[in-house]
Amino acid sequence: MAAHFTDLLDQQQESPAAGAAPDTSPDVTPKNSDAQPQREESSGLLSHRVTRRSFLSQAGAAGVLATAPPLLAAAEAVPDPAAAHHDETAARPTVPVTLNVNGEDHHLQLDARTTLLDCLRENLNMPGTKKGCDHGQCGACTVHVNGRRVNSCLSFAMMHAGDKITTIEGLGTPEKMHPMQAAFVEHDAYQCGYCTSGQIMSAVAALKEGFGPTDDDVKHAVYGNICRCGAYTNIVAAVQQARKQI
Amino acid sequence: MNEFTFERATLPQQAIAAGAKSPTAQLGATVRYIAGGTNLVDLMKLNVERPQQVVDINGLPLDKIEKLPGGGLRIGALVRNSDLARDPIVVRDYAVLSQALLSGASPQLRNMATTGGNLLQRTRCVYFRDTAHACNKRNPGSGCDAMDGYHRTLAILGTSDSCIATNPSDMNVALTALEATIQVQGVGGERTIPIAEFFLLPGSTPQRETVLQPGDLITRVTLPAPAPGSRSVYLKLRDREAYEFALASAAVVATVKGGTVSRVRVALGGVGTRPWRSTEAEAALAGKPVSSASFRAAAEAALRDASPRTGNAFKVELSKRCLVRALTLATTQA
Repeated sequence: MAAHFTDLLDQQQESPAAGAAPDTSPDVTPKNSDAQPQREESSGLLSHRVTRRSFLSQAGAAGVLATAPPLLAAAEAVPDPAAAHHDETAARPTVPVTLNVNGEDHHLQLDARTTLLDCLRENLNMPGTKKGCDHGQCGACTVHVNGRRVNSCLSFAMMHAGDKITTIEGLGTPEKMHPMQAAFVEHDAYQCGYCTSGQIMSAVAALKEGFGPTDDDVKHAVYGNICRCGAYTNIVAAVQQARKQI
Repeated sequence: MNEFTFERATLPQQAIAAGAKSPTAQLGATVRYIAGGTNLVDLMKLNVERPQQVVDINGLPLDKIEKLPGGGLRIGALVRNSDLARDPIVVRDYAVLSQALLSGASPQLRNMATTGGNLLQRTRCVYFRDTAHACNKRNPGSGCDAMDGYHRTLAILGTSDSCIATNPSDMNVALTALEATIQVQGVGGERTIPIAEFFLLPGSTPQRETVLQPGDLITRVTLPAPAPGSRSVYLKLRDREAYEFALASAAVVATVKGGTVSRVRVALGGVGTRPWRSTEAEAALAGKPVSSASFRAAAEAALRDASPRTGNAFKVELSKRCLVRALTLATTQA
């Protein structure tokens, strides 16, 4: 069983890592991450591009995790997927808000507690922006609001009606990368990639703010973005290159 | 995070009317204004703040920096920290404020945080921020786990038997040295509060941090005209070079005439339960020659009443040296 599902994931194309656009291939419904993939009649293989996100979401709904291989069962107990969904389906008061993200208006009904970060990732299915600490201490959640860099984890989505929000998905795509993204790829300016979209968004905004020419100036300009993997040297090199092209 | 109703105010009166319904403006407030949100959302996620109503005040017309006829500077409560730090008048005439702001937080946080919000920034004490622990500030009478716990970053000045939590803001220390006044609009109308009177010592009521009453809305912060011939410096010492709160800091505004200190204002950060104006240091410096001996004597005076605990005793000497260095920088010709 384990081998079968691993092969399915391996067969799919991996998108370039440099904080590029997430799983928005045409045959996945963008607004509903629980959408059931279409199954080929004969082979039972999934006919659309499977990603980690869609796999886990679909697997949970189908109860596949309950039949996980022995290795997984030896770890902590997997909660019953049906029970896990119970609280999420209970009605909560929501409020309407229209958010402009990457040039497009989205009409949403949100729990007032929804942060801009969670709205982007969960409601708008744009997981390019990452949740590192959720408390404004790491910068992984950096997006642009009206062109200025902010930590999206410390702002309620409700507060951004009328703002122009830009995320990493709006900065560039794998086919048409922003020069900063291209520089990050060229200089191998990431390892796990989790801080990367925040680093890129922060650096692009910092260039608009302006900073001095030295490597120390670069570090000082983006110190609000931390990297556990320690890719700092290459991040600085990437920014120093990209600034000549922007 | 608890559920809450969210509203937007377009006029100050709307915000004030909503805020006035809260039984307190201090801890436990049922109505909170939100501007940048960098402190409020953080504390709501920790369930330290649990307002039933959140009023978005970002739409209020309080985001200007204006030079006043008398030479002072009036700063709107909604001016973002990054804009305030970069303002040409602030950079030229109130350098200590610009330096203090730029030493704090991160570029992203500075783009969101506002003047008013930074004034009201809460302590970073780990026990205040963790509802599993005893905290007299968060839960009056429950005790203080910091006293015999982790208090390396906490206060040595202005402490009480109930609370040793530090005020963490850099901006507040600079504003204190600049003798700023805070304009507040409330149910009773407008009033002006000198910053020296704005923050409360913990005493036996650490849950009360400022003199604000329910409904009070900070509208502006005003700086007096810069003292002629003065230079100002903010020096911040901390465990790492950036993105960290002060262990000890000093804001100094000094005027030197003929090799002596003719006028000086001193405020200390990272060591007080509120931004710590040191009239003791100022008195020790008045008319004294510009020298390390004078500065050291002033630093001794400033920290004479310090009440350190084992985990933060190092701050006594650190704060003294911080002040000596800040005074040296402020009085040395570039």
